[in-house]
Amino acid sequence: MIDGIRRALNRLRSFFQKTSLDHEFGAEMASHLELAIEENLRRGLSQEEARRQALVRFGGTEQAREQHRETRGLPAADILMQDLRYALRTLRRDRAFSIVAILILALGIAANTAVFSVVNTVLLRPLPFRSPERLTWLAANEGEGGLSAVTYTVDAFEEFQRHNKSFQDVTSYQTFFNSIDYKLMGHGEPLPVFGIQVAGNFFQTLGVQPVLGRLFSHEECQKGGRPAALLSYPFWQRQFAASPSIIGQTISLNHQAVTIVGVLPKTFDFGSVFSPGLNVDFFVPAVMDFWRTWGNTLALVGRLKPGVTIAQAQAESNILFPQLRAAHPNWWEDYTATITSLKDHVSGKLRRSLIVLWCAVGLILLIVCVNLSNLLLARTAARSKEFAMRCALGAGRGRLFRQLLTESLVLSSGGAILGLGLAFAVTTYLAHQGSVALPLLSSVRVDGAALLWTLIIAVTAAVLFGIAPGLRISAGNLQDGLKDMGQGMSAGRKHERLRAVLVISEVALACVLLIGAGLLLRSFLHVLDVDLGFQPTRAAALKIDYDDGGNAARRGAILQEILRRVSTLPGIEAAGIGDMLPLDRNRSWGFQAKGRVYLPGELQGMLVYVVTPGYLRAMGMHLREGRDFTWHDTPGGRRVVIINQAAARFHWPGKDPLGRLAVVSGRDAQVIGIITNVRESSVEEASNPEMYLPVTQASPEGAELVVRTRLSLPALQAGVMQTLRAMNPGQPATEFRPLQQIVDHAISPRRFFVLLVTSFAMLGLILASLGIYGVISYSVTRRTQEIGIRMALGANAPQVQLSVLARTMALALIGIAFGAVASLVAARWIASLLFGTSPADPVTFAGIVLLLGAVAIIAGYLPARRASRIDPMIALRNS
Amino acid sequence: MPNSKLDLLQGTLDVMVLRTLTAMGPLHGYGIARRIEQVSGDEVLLNQGTIYASLVRLQQRGWISAEWGTSENNRKAKFYSITKRGRKQLSQDTAYWQRLSSVMGRVLAMQGDEKQ
Repeated sequence: MIDGIRRALNRLRSFFQKTSLDHEFGAEMASHLELAIEENLRRGLSQEEARRQALVRFGGTEQAREQHRETRGLPAADILMQDLRYALRTLRRDRAFSIVAILILALGIAANTAVFSVVNTVLLRPLPFRSPERLTWLAANEGEGGLSAVTYTVDAFEEFQRHNKSFQDVTSYQTFFNSIDYKLMGHGEPLPVFGIQVAGNFFQTLGVQPVLGRLFSHEECQKGGRPAALLSYPFWQRQFAASPSIIGQTISLNHQAVTIVGVLPKTFDFGSVFSPGLNVDFFVPAVMDFWRTWGNTLALVGRLKPGVTIAQAQAESNILFPQLRAAHPNWWEDYTATITSLKDHVSGKLRRSLIVLWCAVGLILLIVCVNLSNLLLARTAARSKEFAMRCALGAGRGRLFRQLLTESLVLSSGGAILGLGLAFAVTTYLAHQGSVALPLLSSVRVDGAALLWTLIIAVTAAVLFGIAPGLRISAGNLQDGLKDMGQGMSAGRKHERLRAVLVISEVALACVLLIGAGLLLRSFLHVLDVDLGFQPTRAAALKIDYDDGGNAARRGAILQEILRRVSTLPGIEAAGIGDMLPLDRNRSWGFQAKGRVYLPGELQGMLVYVVTPGYLRAMGMHLREGRDFTWHDTPGGRRVVIINQAAARFHWPGKDPLGRLAVVSGRDAQVIGIITNVRESSVEEASNPEMYLPVTQASPEGAELVVRTRLSLPALQAGVMQTLRAMNPGQPATEFRPLQQIVDHAISPRRFFVLLVTSFAMLGLILASLGIYGVISYSVTRRTQEIGIRMALGANAPQVQLSVLARTMALALIGIAFGAVASLVAARWIASLLFGTSPADPVTFAGIVLLLGAVAIIAGYLPARRASRIDPMIALRNS
Repeated sequence: MPNSKLDLLQGTLDVMVLRTLTAMGPLHGYGIARRIEQVSGDEVLLNQGTIYASLVRLQQRGWISAEWGTSENNRKAKFYSITKRGRKQLSQDTAYWQRLSSVMGRVLAMQGDEKQ
């Protein structure tokens, strides 16, 4: 055993010391022969005979040398090295071919590695928490509706936490984090910072340990407890220069001294898991006694006890929540919990898109392989004499096959190395795309799994594209190659047929890819075309801060004055203030038509926006009936409300609600206006019922100043900020956010996928056209003589061109036909990803078929023109 | 007549080399080959060159060691000698070959109805 290992190590060492060992063995053989000759001489033989006999007895120095090498070294590795050296030499000689092949492979492999990294991060890799498989997400109202619908009250959270038996722990965080503005004071201008309020056991439940300091103490989570904060790693680096001495120091948040108790690890990115695209600066405890009266605000995350399944937890909660409800008559609504794994909650919706993306790059890889197969086939044909020669010199078919496979492996390794570089660049770029609202995107990177994947696809690709030429060599009659005419017609035809099949499949694959991309692209265009119900262009919003001391009349006066001053600034066409922007965040309140009886469970919270007069105009919302608010809608005056069409249809079906009374959070209000529906929570989903209330009669959650302007925002920023500072020195240094940016953020996942799929499809198209060009061009070259004869017999240039083009189109059309049929199947599979586009969308199908046809004609035209310019005399003379 | 010589079974040459080195002490390749030829009474079919594959194999296993030295008539040659591990291996191999040859002897000496 040990001796065996020793031998293996020695063989490995010998492999690397070949020259010196060969040299030494040479000396040993020489000494052997000398000793033998000497003995023979002593026996009385002549010098010549002594030498001859010594050589005979030794039995061939070359064989001995070979045997010695094989015994002491690694013969398989020796052959591999030979093959490698030979492959490198031939590839270097054919530099243009090698560069093209490696580039094509690099693109295909880069696409695959990059997409795999994304898929791996988002779908395959577990969440970056302790035992993440036991973490679950609990959604109220079956996960349907706005934030207020899917969240829980403090009471519901605490009661469930106390009474359930399935969970080791249940925790929560405050979902209305967008409504709480934090300003970091004491460093010059107040700095707007972003904080999240979490339950005291939040980090323990996830299994996140601080890198510095500690988590929140029990006392810090209670009402009146000492204010404490945990910093996110990037904020600690950025704002506090990663100083460890920050622990225990106080910072001033909204004029309150808050002690920094710890710093969270770099791997913990709240935004990437719970709210893609969000950058969180710090965490503070959610004081439950403070939020108790605020309605549904908490999102619940649970850690299952070991061995408890999601189904068991679901069954328990189905029983537990009605019991809790019965025990608490003061709860406003029936709670349920739809329990999913946290991983599913985070990435479940992306599963299909990502798998589509994965399939797309898989298709790319196939096209790449087919393309290379074609290139290599042409090369093999050109090298048939070389192979025949090597065969004649004693190389076995297996050895030739292995040689070809080595060449493919060398090519694909080159492609893989270059592709990895590209993939690394792409993933690094993606990881820094903060504007794309995709979960976990920030942690995308080329990791060990991605490297392994790259290795697998590189080897698979090499085998795939190396096998066709390899089989041809080992199956073909090599001796034919030695006979001068390489154009043995029957073999040539078979060869041509194989290449035709390859091109057809390439076109078909590209067709599927293009139609898929076309459908997604058309869906995206439809999404861009959606009537949002407001005009995002030329409008921007800015978070403002004011102090009304909770007095509605004073609030009205302050906001009226702000709007008056801002409106007088040059370039401002309209200005208004609302507490929440569409597609940004939302909350809901109770609303019903006065006097109407609703079915149990029919009534749900309705989205509410608290706005100033002029807000609707600044947003570009369309008032269909009635009037906007005015400053005469005072706190003491008659209560008024504006609703959207969806609300009108839901609460007053078949009637005109204008002027009728509604009950808003228990108080009567008159409907004074109806606006066109606004896409408030998603661009792609139908609008929910909404209400708008005047700032003078309801409490807003923060304030966004919306302006409509023809000027550029930077030009406006200074003037507006100066105006705001003049009224409130504590106004933080916020910046204008173009409304278009909010819309872009909302559609960024779709844009992301469409961009990727479309670029992959274009890559596929280019590769397919290269394939067509290669095959047709090659067949023209092979048929030079034949074309020459036909031209000598009277065929004219257009006829020759036409015949070449006809052959091109025949190949392309067969490919397109197969591709189109396959696309019909594939399109049904991606139907759920389409928007406003039928899976069999005739425009897309026709467009892609035309595009592919046109590309095929161009790819075929170049060789066709070359064919028509063949000079019969030269062609015939050359044969 | 080469045909009348014995073809060597796999592995037998290694044992012969080890045994020769035990008996003779350090020896060069030519010496080992000659010694085996002499002892076998020239019955073994041996291309002397093949002895070196055996030598390198034994050396890589650590059963023999090698060193360049000078022969009795002042020629440079590589001398092989058996190691402690080699001796152990040889005693195992010897036991094995003795058992095998006694079994073979008994089997081949079976009395029977050869002529039927």
